[in-house]
Amino acid sequence: MEVIRSQKRTPSNDTVSNPKIPLYLTAPPMEVRLEEFELFAVDRLRVLKGVSDGLARGRNPKEMDDLVDTLWKEHMRDPDASVMLNKDIISHFVLRLVYCRSDELKKWFLSMETALFRHRFRLQNFEAQRAIVGEFGLPYKAVTGAELEGLKERLGQVVRSLGQISPTVEAVYYKVPFEEVPDLVASRRVLIQKGYAFVAGSQLVSLVVTQFRSHISKALILTNRKWTTTIQEREKDRLTPIVEALSTSYLGPDYSQSTEYAEISLMDIDQVAKSSFPLCMRHLFEKVREDHHLKHGGRMQLGLFLKGVGLKLDDALAFWRAEFTKKVGSERFDKEYAYSIRHNYGKEGKRTDYTPYACQKIILSAPGAGDHHGCPYRHFSEDNLRAALGRMGLSSRGMEGVMDQVRNKHYQLACTMTFEAVYGTSCDAGINHPNQYFEESQKILKSKTPPAPV
Amino acid sequence: MAREETGSRGDDTMIDAPQFTNSKPEEFFNVHYLRIYYGNLFPYNDIHKWLSYGHDGKHPGCDDYYFGRREFSFTLENDVYLRYKSFKSASALEHAIKSCFPYKIDIGAVYSVDPDKRHAYSQTGTNVFTPVERELVFDIDITDYDDVRYCCSGADVCSKCWPLMTVAIKVIHTSLKEDFGFKHILWVFSGRRGVHCWVCDPKARRMTNEQRSAVAEYFRVYKGNENNARKVALMGYSLHPFLAISYVDFLKGFFEGELQENQSIFSTKDKYDKILELISDEDIQSELREKWEKSANRSSLSEEAISLVRWEQLKNTLQSKKHKAPTLRMCVEEIVFTFTYPRIDLEVSKQMNHLLKAPFCVHPKTGRVCVPIDPNNCDEFDPLAVPTLSQLIEEINSGGSKMDVDDDDDDDDTDTSLLGKSIKFFRSSFLEPLLKSCKEEIENSYKTKIGKSKDSFSW
Repeated sequence: MEVIRSQKRTPSNDTVSNPKIPLYLTAPPMEVRLEEFELFAVDRLRVLKGVSDGLARGRNPKEMDDLVDTLWKEHMRDPDASVMLNKDIISHFVLRLVYCRSDELKKWFLSMETALFRHRFRLQNFEAQRAIVGEFGLPYKAVTGAELEGLKERLGQVVRSLGQISPTVEAVYYKVPFEEVPDLVASRRVLIQKGYAFVAGSQLVSLVVTQFRSHISKALILTNRKWTTTIQEREKDRLTPIVEALSTSYLGPDYSQSTEYAEISLMDIDQVAKSSFPLCMRHLFEKVREDHHLKHGGRMQLGLFLKGVGLKLDDALAFWRAEFTKKVGSERFDKEYAYSIRHNYGKEGKRTDYTPYACQKIILSAPGAGDHHGCPYRHFSEDNLRAALGRMGLSSRGMEGVMDQVRNKHYQLACTMTFEAVYGTSCDAGINHPNQYFEESQKILKSKTPPAPV
Repeated sequence: MAREETGSRGDDTMIDAPQFTNSKPEEFFNVHYLRIYYGNLFPYNDIHKWLSYGHDGKHPGCDDYYFGRREFSFTLENDVYLRYKSFKSASALEHAIKSCFPYKIDIGAVYSVDPDKRHAYSQTGTNVFTPVERELVFDIDITDYDDVRYCCSGADVCSKCWPLMTVAIKVIHTSLKEDFGFKHILWVFSGRRGVHCWVCDPKARRMTNEQRSAVAEYFRVYKGNENNARKVALMGYSLHPFLAISYVDFLKGFFEGELQENQSIFSTKDKYDKILELISDEDIQSELREKWEKSANRSSLSEEAISLVRWEQLKNTLQSKKHKAPTLRMCVEEIVFTFTYPRIDLEVSKQMNHLLKAPFCVHPKTGRVCVPIDPNNCDEFDPLAVPTLSQLIEEINSGGSKMDVDDDDDDDDTDTSLLGKSIKFFRSSFLEPLLKSCKEEIENSYKTKIGKSKDSFSW
């Protein structure tokens, strides 16, 4: 791909045989105008951000299909099909440069591009889908004849277990090593026998998404290498500033460094928990005080949140120690728990300064027996959630609005509504991070209290 | 009390026969006993053979450095924790263990380079320190069932609740073999209250974290904690074939038989309330609650019989009313699954670098050896009859054991010692078939490699 200044673009003539969704296997030999370099990337980034938002709000697959369709038409469409395809390809490769530069950026880009691909694939008709599967060169054989007959009953059981009342089995099934379709295995959407999964034609999505993801993941590593060894330096007056600006503008603050609104001390913590913590953290906090213990998932979620809120390492150690020693004793605390608290603050091991979890991550977590982490709007039963909201001071009318959002699986909107009800003000940005909830809350409370007398 | 010579060992440590009247923890487990155990009984060569997976240097296709890239970790007496230990050979492993007598030994992954040389490699570029192989492992702990067992809680385990582990082994083992096609599966007692599973097929060892996570999720049914009531939610119009087979072959029979005998889960109000809460229809709940409250004091039946009667009543009621709502369709099955289906610790299985306790270690809290369990005979396994350190020492002292652990040519079955049975089982039903298959694989991949470069051999 060559970036050039304001010259007439040479039309690409290899779009005729390309499938509707490019696989981004190699950077095409096109020329790109410098303005387009940035503009195309910004438009694609809008699509990816929209995908990210949709996932965070817990949209189901059909809703995501519609969302992707809308986003793509809004930002990436062009009356000329070949222009549209070029923009698709160019913007993807530009964003690879932007997002290859750190693990966290890579992870985000990989997740969003994979989700985008998945839903664009689902929107295609069966023929187009089979063509794309062919592009990947996957060697799977269709199951036919006697073998298919022998499996029919159990395949029917799978179909019924997925909510279809009649056990009609599809015409085409592919026999695929189970390792190749991890998401179908994980959700028990396929029959597995002697190491092979029997994937229905309509489930092809899973197969290709795994391939796509794996390919992009490897590509990002190579891109990063090229970037750090040659491109970054060579382009320092031209592309590099654009690339660097693109990544910071869209991910939002990560709350790893506390701001002026977020500095709490051990003395204030109980009061501040009651007044400014979002429900998920309130619950964890109450449980620590009550049980003098938390399992690992809870320690991570609450511990990192407290770090983001401005609790210093020494205060954090004192807090956890004060609670845990009531149950496990001082020696065990030092041996088993102190290390990982210091680890969270980047003082041990890899010395990574871990960032507090955003709502998306918390919603997707899977609390099990004895756990209290996760998102209460998702993981609590209705009764328990109502009780918890009542303790936060919500009226029964306010609660109905929140429960409505929960029923529609809009967990972050539910939390936002709770925020609005508690503080009597609107929150247009919407809550997407517990530390954001805390900071917004503190802003409001501090603006209401008069300054201390001198 | 008699001081007896353990002359055949050539070991100078003599030890008092333990007194069984006292139940101080030191009687079960102490450094003194550990020295004897690791000095005489721990099967170093078998563990080395296992973890070498056929790379014993006897075939040109062997990777002589394979064993040396495996991470071990030791936990010492004062909770000192040493990670990233690696050893070039069985004798190096033996020497290291005998120089510090760790309280706990964990096995980690096989890495791209020797773990103890990892700092020599940078974290970027092509020479990274990263796991390359690791068994697919599972950890089932009975404390995760505390909400459905009434005889014990926490660290305790007894003959009434251990059957939960037995049924878990059956369900998981059957699926690993039949669904996933794995062949080399080792089940090990964790020493106190659970079981570990090591799947050692080459395919399993090479699985990525994502694939491990997928298998763990495939096995996952129970999704909950005290914050939600209905923790097993079986949607759809039928069970997935894996769950159906588990239900029909193992869970249903266990629930209606042994579980009722041991736990009588319907016999008191507290107990049956917990079950009624799993039914998502208030009317059905009240109907059954009323019925059972009325019959509470009038019955002359045993607890177990009452339980069974109530279960039948519940099933009949649900059968006739299940069309009321989709969540009632498989309510009966949900209840059975809640009480009996395996609850594995997902985190243990999902990551290649997760460490897991080594077989034949000794559990510090109970003094029991982590012995293998025969999955085809797991009903016979009794966690309270597993040899303890003090029993093993007593056996040595009384000269009862003819065992020499390092003797590979143990053709005659004279080894009847407490630990010998376990080691024999480990060798014959796990290690030997595994090594045979590994050697075939090494041979085949070598032949393929040679075949490819055949031309270079033509003279």
